[in-house]
Amino acid sequence: MSVLVLAEHHDGQLAEATLHAITAAKALDDDVDVLVAGHECGAVAEAAAKVAGVTRVLQSEHPAYGQPVAEDLALLLQRLAPAYGAILAASTTHGKNVMPRLAALLDVAQVSDIVEVLGPDTFKRYIYAGNALATVQTSDQLKVLTVRTTAFDAAPKEGGSASIERIEAVDPAGIARFVGREVSGGERPELTSARIVVSGGRGMGSGENFVLLEALADKIGAAVGASRAAVDAGYVPNEYQVGQTGKIVAPDLYIAVGISGAIQHLAGMKDSKVIVAINKDEEAPIFQVADYGLVGDLFQIVPELTAELRKNR
Amino acid sequence: MKVLVTVKRVVDFNVKIRVKTDGSGVETAGVKMSMNPFDEIATEEAIRLREAGKADEVIAVSLGEAKCQETLRTALAMGADRAIHVQTDAPLEPLAVAKLLKEVALREQPGLIITGKQAIDDDCNQTGQMLAALLGWPQGTFASKLTFADGELEVTREVDAGLEKVALKLPAVVTCDLRLNEPRYASLPNIMKAKRKPIDVLTPEELGVDIAPRHKILKVEEPPRRQSGVRVASVAELVDKLRNEAKVI
Repeated sequence: MSVLVLAEHHDGQLAEATLHAITAAKALDDDVDVLVAGHECGAVAEAAAKVAGVTRVLQSEHPAYGQPVAEDLALLLQRLAPAYGAILAASTTHGKNVMPRLAALLDVAQVSDIVEVLGPDTFKRYIYAGNALATVQTSDQLKVLTVRTTAFDAAPKEGGSASIERIEAVDPAGIARFVGREVSGGERPELTSARIVVSGGRGMGSGENFVLLEALADKIGAAVGASRAAVDAGYVPNEYQVGQTGKIVAPDLYIAVGISGAIQHLAGMKDSKVIVAINKDEEAPIFQVADYGLVGDLFQIVPELTAELRKNR
Repeated sequence: MKVLVTVKRVVDFNVKIRVKTDGSGVETAGVKMSMNPFDEIATEEAIRLREAGKADEVIAVSLGEAKCQETLRTALAMGADRAIHVQTDAPLEPLAVAKLLKEVALREQPGLIITGKQAIDDDCNQTGQMLAALLGWPQGTFASKLTFADGELEVTREVDAGLEKVALKLPAVVTCDLRLNEPRYASLPNIMKAKRKPIDVLTPEELGVDIAPRHKILKVEEPPRRQSGVRVASVAELVDKLRNEAKVI
């Protein structure tokens, strides 16, 4: 039975995370539809139609979908659900907000944050901050799933030629209303899709000291992240957080600076291809997962590293 | 306004868990258990709302085996007024938990329900959203700030891109992120006082909820281990390795 993917989009752009969810959907069934709900979201629907492997794009327009709340998206998905064998979204804050609400409306026990599709009803997912890997089989006819984006490749943005169908919106529930958004970050790549991530921990000592990491990050086109300890200490905002309760990243290169390597942090980055650890404590657990470890004072090493990278090439 | 907070008993976040050798699950016997950290934040927020005069009563709810009452005592010692324990030894999935909580909510008629955003054992991140759906209430997930204005609750949410604000009609469900507050420690006199606070015990049968699991755990295994690599002596050596060996920059 065909599969529906809830597309996420911001400012007229299809989110990268959705491409990963599409790949997970393709592992379930070859027939993959994508729902684009928005306001004047034609460009997003067209982008989704070009993604390789997509059969149909369902475009639903409503002023309330311009900045949709979970209450309204769940109602729209609920109406579409009977035609599908599975409904998926990426495990972003958006997907995590909407999908359990949908699952409950459908009386389905969601499988969260899957990392592997073993069969039509069987999935792998991490529990206990990534310290155990569970194989879960669901007995629900309809599957509601969220997808860990780092575990599935992005579907190619080009190569598809899906049809675009306009579908009716569902009247908003009128119980929740979007008020506003403050977007941080700016020019740097987004944390979960960056090829390189430079993260700081409590060892950074202060928020001001993060400029050292930003200089390094800008030199190599990296995103900047942080451990929960650094977030808790108020050095950086929560959206920087990499770990069990923050973002899960798996870049080609992860540089952990002044991060001891608590299991909750490792849960968010240990699937990175190459891990570099810079820490003054040679006993720090981060070194147990690092491909390259450098023991020493980060305040000396990080500027030196930035300078070294600037020097050659 | 009554505020309901949900608290889950989980393996303490400092425990390095062990996967059982027969692959049936994670060893929890003889392991230190604590209140789910996000639920501590939920409890703290509810108590602060009462202290600020926005709530009159804080009711803590926990579901599961008899020992959940220890977790409820912790919530009572922090300052919750009374507690409800839905007792069962059966495993509970988030959907079943949400259904049980819905029945409790229909009995108690709270104006607000606060949950943690996820439990650190199953890492599901579902219960609050499911509960809101079943009640037909709005949801403010991953909350870092709550403000009451004009009969609405404005929730600042931690989202991937930064912060988002939504306005919810009450009653509503809020799930907490870690920056909402810093939970207090229970003082000794409050721990003593908590022993006298009431805990009502209910069962899933009394609440008329089918809690049969939908999921079957076929296997629990150790995740693939990462090999630890090499120590480098200098920045120059590191850059050389990254360029010529790992080829990532």
